Amino acid sequence: MENILEIKNLSKKYNEFELKNVNLKVPKGMIMGLIGENGAGKTTTIKAILNLINIDNGEINIFGLDIKKYEKKIKEDIGVVLDDSFFSEYLNPTDINKIMKKIYKNWDERLYFRYLEDFKLPKNKISKEYSSGMKMKLKIAVALSHNPKLLILDEPTSGLDPVARSEILDIFQDFIQNGENSIFVSSHITSDLEHIADYITFINNGKIALSKTRDELLEKYGIVKCSKSEFEKIDKNDYVKFKINRYEYDILVEDKVGFKRKYDFKIIDKPTLDDIMLIYIKGEK
Amino acid sequence: MDIIISNSSNIPLYEQVKEQIKNKIVSNELKAGEILPSIRNLAKDLRISVITTKNAYEELEKEGYVETIPGKGTYVANKNTELIKEEQLQKIEGLIDTAVSIARISGISKKEIQEMLDILYEEE
Repeated sequence: MENILEIKNLSKKYNEFELKNVNLKVPKGMIMGLIGENGAGKTTTIKAILNLINIDNGEINIFGLDIKKYEKKIKEDIGVVLDDSFFSEYLNPTDINKIMKKIYKNWDERLYFRYLEDFKLPKNKISKEYSSGMKMKLKIAVALSHNPKLLILDEPTSGLDPVARSEILDIFQDFIQNGENSIFVSSHITSDLEHIADYITFINNGKIALSKTRDELLEKYGIVKCSKSEFEKIDKNDYVKFKINRYEYDILVEDKVGFKRKYDFKIIDKPTLDDIMLIYIKGEK
Repeated sequence: MDIIISNSSNIPLYEQVKEQIKNKIVSNELKAGEILPSIRNLAKDLRISVITTKNAYEELEKEGYVETIPGKGTYVANKNTELIKEEQLQKIEGLIDTAVSIARISGISKKEIQEMLDILYEEE
């Protein structure tokens, strides 16, 4: 399958933090979720993709083109939603339209106003008077209105209530309906991505810990819960990491069916992304 | 068409989708030649990932329940009734096998099991 976004060996060193050898691929028509703790490197990765920071090493290709060489051309086809607010809050959506028309060659005014209607955003109200859910939907409407093929979003659902979050997930699934468009989205609200993301990439301490399809991660991986004496019987090669709790051991295994065949432990739970992250970050090997 | 997904179930999502579509084909609720929703459409309606529905459709195709015509869509295949019956019989055999071993362990006679079957059939 064709990759819309491909990161090869990306490294970037700051004083206190380092992105180390990041590799990932987003195939056409798919949603990839980027998860990780605050400070794990999600935003730095997104900034590198958008060529907003100078990277020390590596290569980033979007639509098969190097972002450093073809930044302008590539950006005509990407929609971006970053965490920090982007327009003055004293502008209303109609004012924003006037500005965007000048920025993007392929700005589609009709599409933009249709999104405003679909998302129930009043055209002539300044965004300062919007709720946080409405503000985010406005940002997404703006990001979508020049017909991008790739949508890149940093934490679009943080701070929103469940209804607004669910509406935003609907927008994402609509966007990829044509099979051509792709989404790269970071979030620490992992439950949002758990169902709709096709691929999940987990970044931990500047390194990619896992990057797999949602089904591989959530249907194949398992969390074994057992006692200390049971844990001691397990071969080190048969688990990813383990975490010691007050009354039990939690063990992350890559193939719960295979594990069950070999050890016949009673409790092997289906993990959530939060479980996987927690054992990975806090656990040991 | 109802497809009901449980997020707390231990059964993988793609398998839940696959089994429910399969049951509808076996029970003739979905008829041969009928078109199924597109992978992306179904994913959106069920709020699951595209890859999950794709996995479900691929498995259904492998088992001969559906056919995909590239560029057109996925259709319910002409049913191989023998094959489906064979599969159902195998499933029943497996369940009876479990029942028999439980009966053996606990000293329940064949006659008692047969009576139970009779009662269950009459109830319907």
